Amino acid sequence: MSYLSIENVGISFTRAGRTNEVLRDVSVKIDKGEFVSLIGHSGCGKSTVLNIVAGLLKASTGGVLLEDKEVNSPGPDRAVVFQNHSLLPWLTVRENVALAVEKVLKGKKSRAERSEWIDHNLALVNMTHAADRRPNEISGGMKQRVGIARALAMEPKVLLLDEPFGALDALTRAHLQDSLMDIHARLKNAVIMITHDVDEAVLLSDRIVMMTNGPSATVGEILKVDLERPRRRLDLVEDATYTHARAAVLEFLYARHAKPAMAA
Amino acid sequence: MANTSTIAVTGAAAKPAAAAKAPRKPLVTLATFRQIAVNLIPPVVVLIAFLVIWELLCSRPTAGLPPPSRVVTEAWDIIAHPFYDNGGTDKGLFWHIYASIQRVAFGFALATVVGIMVGTLIGQSDWAMRGLDPIFQVLRTIPPLAWLPLSLAAFRDGQPSAIFVIFITSIWPIIINTAVGIRNIPQDYRNVAAVLRLNPLEFFVKIMLPSAAPYIFTGLRIGVGLSWLAIVAAEMLIGGVGIGFFIWDAWNSSHISEIIVALVYVGVIGFFLDRFVAFIGTLVTRGATA
Repeated sequence: MSYLSIENVGISFTRAGRTNEVLRDVSVKIDKGEFVSLIGHSGCGKSTVLNIVAGLLKASTGGVLLEDKEVNSPGPDRAVVFQNHSLLPWLTVRENVALAVEKVLKGKKSRAERSEWIDHNLALVNMTHAADRRPNEISGGMKQRVGIARALAMEPKVLLLDEPFGALDALTRAHLQDSLMDIHARLKNAVIMITHDVDEAVLLSDRIVMMTNGPSATVGEILKVDLERPRRRLDLVEDATYTHARAAVLEFLYARHAKPAMAA
Repeated sequence: MANTSTIAVTGAAAKPAAAAKAPRKPLVTLATFRQIAVNLIPPVVVLIAFLVIWELLCSRPTAGLPPPSRVVTEAWDIIAHPFYDNGGTDKGLFWHIYASIQRVAFGFALATVVGIMVGTLIGQSDWAMRGLDPIFQVLRTIPPLAWLPLSLAAFRDGQPSAIFVIFITSIWPIIINTAVGIRNIPQDYRNVAAVLRLNPLEFFVKIMLPSAAPYIFTGLRIGVGLSWLAIVAAEMLIGGVGIGFFIWDAWNSSHISEIIVALVYVGVIGFFLDRFVAFIGTLVTRGATA
């Protein structure tokens, strides 16, 4: 029995009388503690898959099982780190995390424990020093870290990351990838991450789910990345397994499932 | 020798750091004084020029309006004694303005609460939007005073009628701006609320109000301005204590100078009401609204 199971998920949107099938028959099984990346060209429906798992969108066919129970509405057991951080600008960094903690852990932890838990999660992403600043006073990388702290603070069963580092510069991105690996090694959450960055996918994932192009996108291939953890970016540069995995993903994306416009 | 020079160096290094932390500044520097002057001199010059032209134009004996010098001498009683109270409507300007502000405060507070609630409903629900918006678009064009006879018929008393006129005048911009603010809440914030499973009340207090606050305060500022416009006109008709009635009473007794003084008060109070709402807005939204 798998921990999280996406089963034959399909979704169609009807607009102005025309039905548009975005996803067809997407099935992925994820184990506890596993880190899975979804990769594909833009517009292939990666985010749609993630939103269905999060419960923000309803699948037209199929469904999602978490610990053998169907999930079809959003909830803190599947915390999302949004692409554009989605911090509330009128709250400080600490208050943003506190909003989640106060709502999700009320009744499970005492007031003092909750306060400690907020601080603990801010420390986990190295944001303690900026706890009292507002989102518009901190950098993009810092915002994304707070987003991760907020999601982790909900004690989610599955952490969903929607291109979490897409809007960041390469150096900040590498830094946050390292922190994310670190956090994942400690907490062992199941993680689904959407990315369009091949290196990021190979570096972070246990398995990479490659999606075909839409319309009616589906899972094209699943690649297992057999690299030992902890992984270190520099050691992997010339590692054969790493290079092979990288080549396999690139081959899938640019040879077999190139974007129509790009193939032309 | 070497020893003393080391001490001197460390001493020198430590001192400027302390000095840099607390630089001795005069209370009003030349730059801030200049800044104040730049902002203050043009309006003062224009005001003086305006008074001079007015004085020149109205100093002929055939002029219909008194010049500023006569306004001050004739109306000196009400300028110097704003707090007298001889009972009835024979009170100082302060009491008239106090009564008017009280009416505006009641009507405007009611409009704020109802306006934000109705605006939220319209912003949240497409059905409410389609149902209510056409009606509101018609109702909001009705001039404030046109409501007065109707409210007098309904309430049979001047005081609640005046408050109702304030309410109905100021509520439309509050409703419309709140609705726009609610509609413009980014989907991201809604997603955050969904993942956290905020209940409707928590969503309203923690996401909707702060997110829409800049829009709401724009509506409130327009609303308070309209209220102040409406109250003067309404009080002219309903009588009793109030700045509107004071102006009407002065007209009936041909005290033109008193009218002019009252108008200055009305303008200044209106300005401060606007600034006050704007100030609350910057406090609440932490500077997001101007």
